[in-house]
Order: sequence, then structure tokens, then C-alpha cells
Amino acid sequence: MLNERIKALLDGHPPASTPRLEFLRARFDSGLAWVHFPAGLGGLDAPREQQRIVDEALAAAGAPDNDPHRIGIGLGMAAPTILAHGTDEQRRRFLRPLWTGEEVWCQLFSEPGAGSDLAGLATKAVRENPGDEASDWIVTGQKVWTSMAHEARWAILIARTDPNVPKHKGLTYFVCDMTGPGVEVRPLRQITGEAEFNEVFLTAARIPDAHRLGPVGAGWAVAQTTLMNERVAIGGGAQPREGGVIGVVARAWRERPELRTAAAHDTLLDLWTQAEAARLTATRLRQQLAAGGPGPEGSAAKLAFARLNQEISGFELDLLGEQGLRYDDWSTGSWASERPTTVDFAGRGAGYRYLRAKGNSIEGGTSEILRNIIAERVLGLPPEIRVDKDVPWKDLAQ
Amino acid sequence: MSTPAPDTASGNASGPDLLYSELEEDLRASVRSMLADRSPHNAVLARCETDEPYDPAVWKALAADLGCAGLAVPEKLGGAGASWREAAVVAEEVGRAVTPVPFLTGSVIATAALLAAPASASADRADSADGAGAESVAALLADLAAGHATAVLAVPFSSCPTPAGSGSGAGFPETVRVDADGHLTGTVTSVADASIADVLLVPAMAASGPAFFAVGARAAGVTRDAVISLDLTRRLSDITFASAPARRLADADGAVQALARGLTVGAALLASEQLGVAQACLDMSVAYLKTRSQFGRLIGSYQALKHRAADLWAAIAQARAVARYAAVCVAQDDPDTPVAVALAQAYCSTVAVRAAEECVQFHGGIGFTWEHPAHLYLKRAKSASLALGTAAQHRAALGRLVNLPPAN
Ligand SMILES: Cc1cc2nc3c(=O)[nH]c(=O)nc-3n(C[C@H](O)[C@H](O)[C@H](O)COP(=O)(O)OP(=O)(O)OC[C@H]3O[C@@H](n4cnc5c(N)ncnc54)[C@H](O)[C@@H]3O)c2cc1C
Repeated sequence: MLNERIKALLDGHPPASTPRLEFLRARFDSGLAWVHFPAGLGGLDAPREQQRIVDEALAAAGAPDNDPHRIGIGLGMAAPTILAHGTDEQRRRFLRPLWTGEEVWCQLFSEPGAGSDLAGLATKAVRENPGDEASDWIVTGQKVWTSMAHEARWAILIARTDPNVPKHKGLTYFVCDMTGPGVEVRPLRQITGEAEFNEVFLTAARIPDAHRLGPVGAGWAVAQTTLMNERVAIGGGAQPREGGVIGVVARAWRERPELRTAAAHDTLLDLWTQAEAARLTATRLRQQLAAGGPGPEGSAAKLAFARLNQEISGFELDLLGEQGLRYDDWSTGSWASERPTTVDFAGRGAGYRYLRAKGNSIEGGTSEILRNIIAERVLGLPPEIRVDKDVPWKDLAQ
Repeated sequence: MSTPAPDTASGNASGPDLLYSELEEDLRASVRSMLADRSPHNAVLARCETDEPYDPAVWKALAADLGCAGLAVPEKLGGAGASWREAAVVAEEVGRAVTPVPFLTGSVIATAALLAAPASASADRADSADGAGAESVAALLADLAAGHATAVLAVPFSSCPTPAGSGSGAGFPETVRVDADGHLTGTVTSVADASIADVLLVPAMAASGPAFFAVGARAAGVTRDAVISLDLTRRLSDITFASAPARRLADADGAVQALARGLTVGAALLASEQLGVAQACLDMSVAYLKTRSQFGRLIGSYQALKHRAADLWAAIAQARAVARYAAVCVAQDDPDTPVAVALAQAYCSTVAVRAAEECVQFHGGIGFTWEHPAHLYLKRAKSASLALGTAAQHRAALGRLVNLPPAN
């Protein structure tokens, strides 16, 4: 059935003669975008693992893809959240252009005062007409580290709608129009020299109530869906053997015998072993997801991914020796601040990979926070002491 | 010049099934409850203080009553007709309970070697001195599968399934020679579980090259000297053959194949045993972190311990995926088997040792006592990491297998 659908899509829209966007829309409409999504929303209610069959068949036919490195936040975080918590209207409005890449998404979660302690955030959203259940919301505050905000059409946003209750209880989840008035995006330059992330200032930005995702006050629960998916998206993706940074290093080893030393050989094979272990773990994680079990390995996969990416990219510079001294930035040949449109941890030069990997243990939940999560939710160890848990947010030291 | 790394089994859509089936979970439950009942830590420890750590009743319950000895043996040869996948689950439980039973050595390594021996070779009885009962490979397999007899492979437990040399027969042991009359003479050191074996499977050098024999463990000319072993729950023996009568089971390539397959399947399933050891160490540690208080708080509330427990859990989750993959590959005779097995040993060895070492540290002084079971796991884990090739040997093997050659 799957193969027939693929054939029908290719017959109806020959990749060679169909404009890219037209092909992607047709692919979405035939349920081959993400097969595990519901029918009518780009999927077929099929097992997640069948996606690879579709992707391989379409790639072999020379079909264009949706450039996932450009729309990672939409695919990995916004989409599963909209699917789980959105209304039918919201799903129909947002999911198709999200998947085709017509609309790029970003994530307005972190704030200067709220990173790991995300629930402590201060950006506030108030009803324009208090008491009116359908009133627009007016949002004011500052977000930070917002990747790809400069490219984004939409954002997933958490804001405080009730300061009089403890911090987790007064949050609401919204979809924010990044092109609307009151939304200002300023680049933040990072250690790679470029500005992949941004500060976002929200000054009386308006959000219609129809763009609220989930009930008022349920923002924390909705955000959990985003965060869980973010971790699986970062650490649990499907890769062939030697996909990712390890493949880059393995190729260098094969092609350049002059770089080899005995000590580096054992380190390389140790890293290769760990990368393959992580890959098989991600495979098993996806099989668990397909079998219905949530699989707490999600946070573990992200934790392992971050450490490994850092070790491998550090090893790559060691291996390159003199060449490792020279920073091979992507296009300008300098440390000039660029505004990238895609993020690919395995792409570009060795120096970039080394530096970019340092973000892997911070973005999407720091490694320390992930260890807390595993220790408490999986192993049942005592929770962190939380002095602010039951105090109304407005009474906390800000 | 670059050749990509082989990527066979990983090539299909969903990859090999790395989850446990319902059947495997049922098997696990019955093995676990039997071992909890018949082989608790205090009983294991008490027996380890004697010369006879093995409890024949526990072995009979596992091998014969629960039918675990013959899991991977085809039904027509008297086995259960399941596969190494199911046997791997038993290995996990045996590791989890650090039970002294010859499951890995007998029901996995020796059995896999016999299954790989070309049956035709067993017809050659001209040089067999054992007139009474020249059993065929099949008869021996049937006995092992039913739990009527126990066999072990007479090689040092440290033997690596992928020797560094190349070519067929490379690394074939030469410490035992075939005499002109077909008897065996020589020594093999550090053979695991030999003290309770009925039959020794012996790779030996004949004038014509490698050959593979069965020798009665109590036959004339066979001496088994107990070795004081680091692992209290898996004892080693040094074996001396002095013109010992032997039945020839395989020759030449057949002998090489039998040995290699025994070690390969053994290394694959040792990873599952190591997984069970690691999981038991983590479970024991977490339980302690939740009950022991110092400075007015449960010690499990300190991040210095909590985070290490979380890291260990994450490493064990990875070891599970890796061990399952190795079991699946040997079960299906997948072409990726050599990579899967080297990977499993390179990874799971280190995870089991780390789990056992952390277990001692998490427990403080009590973890350093003879009465606490932590040392049984530490000794099992460290010994197992040296068994069937060290992690470093397996990394070197991987280098050859995936085309990442050493420096010149
Ligand atoms: C490359 C990159 C991209 C990002 N993209 C986005 C984005 O698109 N959208 C978005 O909303 N955010 C984004 N972030 C922000 C990211 O989620 C936060 O940086 C992260 O959650 C940490 O918050 P913080 O920076 O405030 O650090 P803090 O929370 O202040 O942490 C500082 C240090 O304290 C440790 N720490 C904090 N609490 C504990 C605790 N309870 N126990 C032990 N240690 C603790 C942390 O682990 C860390 O080491 C991005 C970050 C990076 C680096």
C-alpha cells in the first residue's frame, strides 16, 4: 500500500518537472510527509519506522526533500506539540506549511532569568479585555537564545498568565506571529562567531485567543511535550552507521594515513564503539516509541549524544594537528558574524564542529538537568530541594 | 583510498528488532523467580566459601527443568528450537543473580561449537580409543540440550574470538597435540567451569592440522587442577592431558569453524550476561541510595551520587541495545555478526565493570565487606571483561572489520 502511494505520488508529480514546493505539498497531501501522523495531516497513521522506506524511495527518485536542517524546531518540537494539544483548526492551519518549510518556526522559551528553571519565566500575557473568554492576549517580556528567530514566521511561546499561583501553575502556551508588531529580533553572536540565536523583545505583541495551545494555565504540561520531543529530536534521530560527526572523522582516518598514531587509533575505535552504541540505542528508542512505550531513554539519548559529539569533535582537532590550528569558518573564511539559515552539527569545518558541539550539553536541557530528570523520574531518587515550589510566583525573588 | 564501513544489518528500514518479545519476558520471569528462590546472594556466598561453588540442584532446575540448556538447539537434535536471542535473556538473568552455573560455558559456548561442527566428521572413529560409546556430535548435543551432561570448551577463558592474525586457522591453539595413536597430550590453562564438566571439547593440533575432540572429563590421563580464581562464581581449572583417550569430532576447517563459532556466540552472549551484572549493580545501588541517610538527608538526594547513578543508567540503556544487537546477529547468522560481537564486547565489558565499581563506592564501607554481595559482582564483572577478549582487543578487531586501520 505504501509503495503504491509512493508510485502514485511520483507518477502524478514527476520530480524532474514539478516545482519543489508543489511536490512537497503533494507529498504532504498524500500522507507521505510523516507517516506516523494522522491521515489528513500529512500522515497515514502508520508505524514511524516506515518513514525510512518513503524517504529512501523518494530520494532514489530524485525528489526534493524539505531541508530538515532548516526547519528542525518546527519538525522536532512545534509539530508534535501542535498535534498533541492543538485544535483541529490549529493543526490544519499550521502543520502543512510547517512541514513543507514554507513557514519556519522558533522556540520562545528561555529568558535571561529563566533557563534551566524555565517555569520561573517572567514574560507576561494578559487578556486585552479581562473577563472576555475570547479576548486577544497582549504579551510583554524578553526571550533569549532563540535559535533561528531571524528566519521564523511563527514561534512556540510560553508566558505567564497568572502571577498569583506557584510558578508551574500560572503558565500558558501560545503560537506567536514573529512578523507582527511588537516583536523585535536582535542577533546574539555565539562562540562560533555567527549568530544562530537571538534575543527577542516582546512589547505589547498581540496574540489572538485562537492561537492559544491548550487551556489557560496548562502551559507547563504542554511544554513538557515540546521538551520531551526536543530531546528525542536531538539525540534519537535515525542515522546510518557512521552518520554524524564520527563519519567525518572516520573518513579523514581512511583518507589520510599520515595522521594516524597508535594512541589515536585506540581513541578513535573507542569513540566509534560509543557512537555505534548510541546509534543502536536510538534505534531501540524508536522501536519502543513505535511499540507504544514512551521509553525514558529519550533524555539518556540526548545526554549521550552531547558528550559524544564533544569528545569526537575534540578528537578530530587533535587528529588534524596543524590544520586544527586554523579555523575553517564556512563561507567568509573569517570570524565574521553570519546569520545562518540551517544548523547541521556534522557540517562545515572541524573548528566549527568543535565549537558548536559545546552547545549540545546546554541547548534542550543542560546535561545536569537531564541527569536530574533521569535520577528522579526513572530511578526514583529523591527530588532536588525546591524552595520555591509552593510559593506564588509574584512573591519569589525576581 | 576509502572503502566505507560495512553496514549490512543496519541497512533495513526498522533495523533488527532490539526489543524483548513477550515470550522472552516470560522466560525471563521464570528464570528470575527460580534463581531468586534457589540461588539468593547468601546461598551463593556460602557455597563460594567451599571448594564446590556449583549447586547441582540449581543447575538442573535451570538446564533441565526450565529447559534453558537446549534453547538454541534445533528440535530435531533434542533442543527447544528457540534461538540465541532467548538464550541471551537467560544469560542476563544468570548475570543478574551471579549464579555459579555453567550456562555461558556449557549451554552457549560448547553448544555453539558443537552446532557448528560438521556432523560428518563424527563418523571418523578410526582413531577413537573410547570403544564403549563413540557418540556422534548429535548424541552429545542431545545430552547437553537435555541437561544430562555438561561440556565446556577447553581453551583459556581469555581467548578472543577474532584473533589478530589473518587466514583460516590463525590463532588455533597448539598447546594440545594429537599423538600418533590419536590420544591427546598437552595442557590448557584457565578453563572456566571445567571442574563441573562431564565432557571437555578440545581443539588440538594433529599432524594434519587443526582438529576438534571430545574427551571425558574423568577419563584416564586427564587431570583438572583447580585455580584460585578472581571470579568466585566461575572457577577456572588448568587441565593436563597425558595420552588421554579422545573422540574426534571435526577436522581442519571444521575444527576451526567449531572453535570460532563457540567463541563468537560466547562473546555475543557474554555481553548479555554483563548487562545483567550491570543492571543488578545499579538496582542494588539505587535501592541503597534511597534508604541510607547521612547529614540528615537520604544520600540519593546528593547530586554527586544522583548524577553518577543517572549516567550509569544511561550507559546501561546503551549496553542493552548493543547486547541485544549482538544476540540478534548471532541468532540470525547475520553478516554483520563480527562487528556486532566486537562492538558488544568493547562496550558491555566496560559498562559492567563501571557498574560494579560504582556499586562498591555507593555503598561505602558495607560495600567493601565480604558479607555484602557487591564483591561477587565486581569479581564477575572484572573477570568477564578479560574473558573472550578484552575491550581493547575487540576495539582492535573492530578497526580491522570496519576499515579503520592502525598507524604503521
Ligand atoms: C546553541 C543554543 C541554542 C539554544 N536555542 C534555544 C531556543 O531556540 N529557544 C530557547 O528557548 N532556548 C534556547 N537555548 C537556551 C537553553 O535552553 C538554555 O541555555 C538552557 O536551558 C540553560 O539555561 P541557562 O542558559 O539559563 O543556564 P542556567 O540554567 O543558568 O545554568 C547554568 C549552569 O547551572 C547548572 N544548573 C542549573 N540548575 C541546576 C540544578 N538544579 N542542578 C544542577 N545544575 C544546575 C546548569 O546545568 C548549567 O551548567 C539555546 C541554548 C544554546 C546554547
